[in-house]
Formats: sequence, structure tokens, C-alpha cells
Amino acid sequence: MAQMNLLHAINNALDIAMTENERTVCFGEDVGYFGGVFRATSGLQEKFGKVRCFNTPLVEQGIIGFANGLASQGSVAVAEIQFADYIFPAFDQIVNEAAKFRYRSGNEFNVGKLTIRAPYGGGIAGGLYHSQSPEAYFAHTPGLKVVIPRNPYQAKGLLLASIRDDNPVIFFEPKRLYRASVGEVPEEDYQLPLGKAEILQAGNDITLLAWGAQMEIIEKAAEMAATDGISCEVIDLRTILPWDIETVTQSVMKTGRLIVSQEAPLTAGFASEIAATIQQECFLHLESPIGRVCGLDTPYPLALEKEYVADHLKVYEAIKHSINY
Amino acid sequence: MNTDSYNDGAVVHTPVFIDGHSVEIPILKILKQDGTLYEGAELPEIDQKLATKVYKTLVFHRVMDERMVASQRQGRLSFYMAALGEEAASVGGAAGLKDQDMIMTQYREQGALMFRGFSLEDFMNQMFSNAKDLGKGRQMPIHYGSKELNYMTVSSPLGTQIPQATGYAYGQKLQGLDAVTICYFGEGAASEGDFHAGLNMAAVQEAPVIFFCRNNGYAISTPSDEQFKGNGIASRGVGYGIKSLRIDGNDILAVIKATQIARAYALKENAPVLIEAMSYRLGAHSTSDDPSGYRTREEEERWQANDPILRMKNWMLAQKWWDEAQDSALYTRYREEVLAAVKVSEKIEKPHLDTLITDVYDVTPVHLQAQMDELKEHINKYPDAYPFTAGKF
Repeated sequence: MAQMNLLHAINNALDIAMTENERTVCFGEDVGYFGGVFRATSGLQEKFGKVRCFNTPLVEQGIIGFANGLASQGSVAVAEIQFADYIFPAFDQIVNEAAKFRYRSGNEFNVGKLTIRAPYGGGIAGGLYHSQSPEAYFAHTPGLKVVIPRNPYQAKGLLLASIRDDNPVIFFEPKRLYRASVGEVPEEDYQLPLGKAEILQAGNDITLLAWGAQMEIIEKAAEMAATDGISCEVIDLRTILPWDIETVTQSVMKTGRLIVSQEAPLTAGFASEIAATIQQECFLHLESPIGRVCGLDTPYPLALEKEYVADHLKVYEAIKHSINY
Repeated sequence: MNTDSYNDGAVVHTPVFIDGHSVEIPILKILKQDGTLYEGAELPEIDQKLATKVYKTLVFHRVMDERMVASQRQGRLSFYMAALGEEAASVGGAAGLKDQDMIMTQYREQGALMFRGFSLEDFMNQMFSNAKDLGKGRQMPIHYGSKELNYMTVSSPLGTQIPQATGYAYGQKLQGLDAVTICYFGEGAASEGDFHAGLNMAAVQEAPVIFFCRNNGYAISTPSDEQFKGNGIASRGVGYGIKSLRIDGNDILAVIKATQIARAYALKENAPVLIEAMSYRLGAHSTSDDPSGYRTREEEERWQANDPILRMKNWMLAQKWWDEAQDSALYTRYREEVLAAVKVSEKIEKPHLDTLITDVYDVTPVHLQAQMDELKEHINKYPDAYPFTAGKF
């Protein structure tokens, strides 16, 4: 075991993926010699050469279009979009092309070997365009998988699983935690399952559900609630699409209460989808309405970021509201 | 490399603009309409066997288009897109390549697939969205694809195949294959952002891809002079540092020659090539469109006189590789075959209900299976409303 931050864990996973298969290629803006603006691909060009780890021109639709073609050819394409906020020029290539490649061709062709990495989320004073959490847009697209890790150990295992999964995967990395989150990570190869949520803390009174950087927020809220004698079951969804309905349902059947928290704005966020499904699956077990603690329905702010975000206090209040309903 | 590397022009001390129309582009013509060659014209590598295959493919193309447009008019088929008058671009392109080369198309390049050997039955099954369609009845007619024949399945969004072709070709290079990718698109689709993304990346990433623009004068109803102001599409290659060539797209020998040369160059240099084939869409954009609303009969007649198939026939006759009796027999045979194939394919049943949810992912996820189970229960409850699938699962 080694101490790694989240960036090291990502870099380590990419190193393993490129070592095990000479057809694995990493590319994106500034990804080559410089190693990416966050240094996630640091050292890879030196080790694997310019042909397998390289800079691309500044054109997101081109990066993903190129990646689609490369993956359909049988190469393992790991494309980086520098910030999730800048993924939208590639929306067509992701939603209309990558997601539908296998279906529309009757499985003659597929881009299962495609993985798109993108730093997402707020908390770095990034304002409107360096803070967004766009997972819900992609969760609305059958054919994609959407994965978000919460810490270095999860990042390495989930990224390796994403690269090896035979479907196009969007892997959103919580950039606020790139250096802030440090933990024990095995240096050897391992994978964590896609499509499986993880129960971090068992509890009886209420279920708290989140993903990515929001996990430490709900964990903190759970600690506060514990001092009030409230026992929270804390779950990391890990894969947004397809999501683990079973684990969440089982938990809510037991606790009778659910709070979902996300960084993204409230309306039509993925928390809404979870709430709709869980009320259907668990209607007669629910003791209170399902709560969503999210960003406000505004663009991501700058000066008022602290007020905007779904912080632990807002989650804590939602827990109490649910318990006292 | 940085901006220092641009300093190869004259230094001036008053502003000197480069004119937006200063790029002059020659056009390659080899074969005249009467079947004779232009003086000094160099033939592509072609023998009687290849020439006969190319010609038969052109005739088959025209006959199938003609029959399918008629079938659509009769209400037997929902939709069709003919390539009347510009068949040489796709057939000639495929003829200039090797079978291992990937073909990525826009939607009007069925000629390339015919040349590769996609069977009449395969075409029909796709168009009738039946259980034997390789695409499992999921896409509108003309969205063909075949892994076996290295022909990427067509998708409707315009221009998306252009950066994909760059990536595909990059993968071929990575493996050191004796293979390139050809990417077809129209002059209208060249306005899409993906065109610029794909060409720039191909040049920078050094991908062995042939960009083949079919400039047929129209994007549905929009003429090319309302699409762009530069000197066609070939001039743009210069800006991206891509070797570019303009050819007469109705000259099958010029198309084959250009593609053969482009293939050799792309492979040897690991670099893209841009070919702009000048042609004219004699037919409608699709069966949902009527061109009489936006162009004149005179204009159409002028281009009818440039028929690429007649031009090749004249050459074949002059070579003594073909005669009139063979010609009329071939048309008759193809017409009968297509008609017969329509009758078979339109009666084949629809794909099984389960194919509604397969291939969304490699393995069907639990939630999707649950949706299918629910759907089946519903169909069982109202079988009359779902006659194609009720009682068949």
C-alpha cells in the first residue's frame, strides 16, 4: 500500500492500463509532455511515447469524435476533456454517436473501448465554467455509463474498471479532491465494480445518498446527526448510470427515509430520478418525503459559492426535517 | 515549434492582405464524355476485370436507386436516398482502395458498399427493417453498415464521421496496418464543426485518412454559393496543411486515379489527403424532397449531359470491353433481380421484440430488463394493438 492523492491514483491507473495493452492511448488538451493541467497524465508520454500519449488541438468535439473512431477500430481510447464544463461541444459525439454506436449498427460496431475522463465539480473558486457537475445530462442517454469516484482508492479501481468495461464510460473526477484527498492505495492492479453502490456506514434511521466529492459532505452531516442520536446509513452511488437501484431500495426499506445530495442544481438533477424511483419502489415504507439537497437552480456562482453549495449544514437540516416530519 | 516557424513570408511595412480567393485549384479530368481520353491524361491502374466490375456496379447502383425510389412512391418503402448522377464518386472511390481499408460515409455512398459486395438481399433487408437486417431494424432505410466489408454503419447526424475517420485511421497507423480510412461527406456537411475538427486533427495527429468531399452543388435546397464563399472545399485543405486535389467527380477514371494516389500517399507519409469531387445531385435530396422548387430544368439538363455512367460506358465500348447487347441485358437482369428481392424482403417479419433492448449495452442491465418485462405484460394485455410482436415472444 502507498499513500496517494486522487491524481496519483488516476495516473497510476492509466499507467497500468497503458502497460497491460499497447493499444491503449491517452490524449487530450495539454495531456502530452505537460501531463495535463492537473498532471493526471504526468510522465505517461515519457514512458509510452508520443504516439500513445499526446496533445490534441483545442477542440472537444474533435477529441471525442477522434476517440469514437479510435475505439471503434479496436484501440483503447482514454480521452481527457480538460474540464467537464467544456464537454458540451462534444455533446453530439457523446450522445448521438458514442452512446448509440452499438445499437444503431446492430452490434456490427461499438465504441466499448472508449473512456472519457473529465474533472468536474465546484469548491475551487472556479465560477460558472470551472465548477459544473453535468452528470444528469449524460444519465439521460441510454448506452453510456457514468462513473464518479469519491477518493483515491475508489478512483483507481473504478477507472481501471471503466477502461476495461466494454461500453463507453464517462468518468468524472472530483477536482476539488485531486490533491486534497489522500489515502492508502494498493500499487498493484485491482478493479471495483461498475453499477454497484457502496454502503459506507450502516444505520437505521435515515439513508443518505450521494456521489463523488459530495460524499464527504454527507458523511460530515451524518456525524452531526449522530450526536443528536440519529443513525444514518451512508451510501456512495459510485455509478450514476446504470445505477444500483437494488442497494438503495434495500436501505430505504430499512430506514424509511432518504436524503439525496448532489452538487448540481436541483431541477432535473440525478437526485430527482433517484427520488422518483425510490418513491415507487418503497412507497409504503417511507416515513417522510424523499429530500433533495442540491445546488440552487442558478449557474454556478463565484463570490457566493459558499451560500450556493449543498453543504453539510444544509444536509444536516434536511436530516432533521425528515426525522421530525 | 512556435510562431517563429511562420516567418517565411516577405516583411512589409504597410498592410498587405492575402486575398480570400487567391487559391487557384486545378481540376483533374481524364475521361471525356464521348469515352476518349484527354490528351496527356494518365490512366489509373485498371484492367478489363476491374473496369467491368466498376461498370457493373455503376449500373446496379442506378437500377437499384431507380427501383427503390419507385417502391417508395408506391408506398412499399418509407424513405430512400438516390445518388443519381454522382454514382462515380462512391464506386470509383471504393475501386481505388483495398478491401482492408475502412469506408466511412455520409449517406449517399451506397455505391462503395455495392462495390465491396454487400448483397442485394442485405440492402433490401436493411431498407425494409426486417428481422434479417444486419442493423436489426433500428435505423431508417439507407443506414447500411458491415463489419465484414469494412463499411462503417451510417449515422444520420451530419459530419460526425469526419473526426471519427481521423481516429480510425490513427488506430490503423498505431497497429502498423496496410490500411487507410476513406471518409465521404458532402460540401454542405463541410460547414459542420466536425469537419474542421476532423481535418485539423488528422493533419496534426498524422492520420492516414482520405477525406473525400462530394461537392454536388446542393445541401437539400441550399446551393453551395449560399453554403460558403471560399474556393470550394479543396481550398480549405491548404489552411490545415493537407495535400488537396480537385477532380471531376463524374469522371470515373479521375476518381479511381485520385483515390489510388491518395491511398499510397496517406500510407507512405502517414498524412491525410483531401479530394474534392465536383458533381451534381441530379435527383432529389431524398424521397421527401422535390427539387423543382429550388432549381431550374435547364440546370439539370446541363448536368444530365455529364452522366458518369454513360461516360464510362462509352469508354468501355471504345476499349472493346463491353457491347450494347451486354449492356441492355445487364439492365434487364438487374431490374428483375431488384424487383424480386423487394418482394421477398418486404414480407420478412419484423425483428424480435427482444432486440428492442439488446445492444444498448454489451450486457442488458437489470433496469432495462425490468422495462422489457413490463412491456411484454402490457402487450399481452392488448395484443391487437401490437400485431407485429403480440404472441411472438
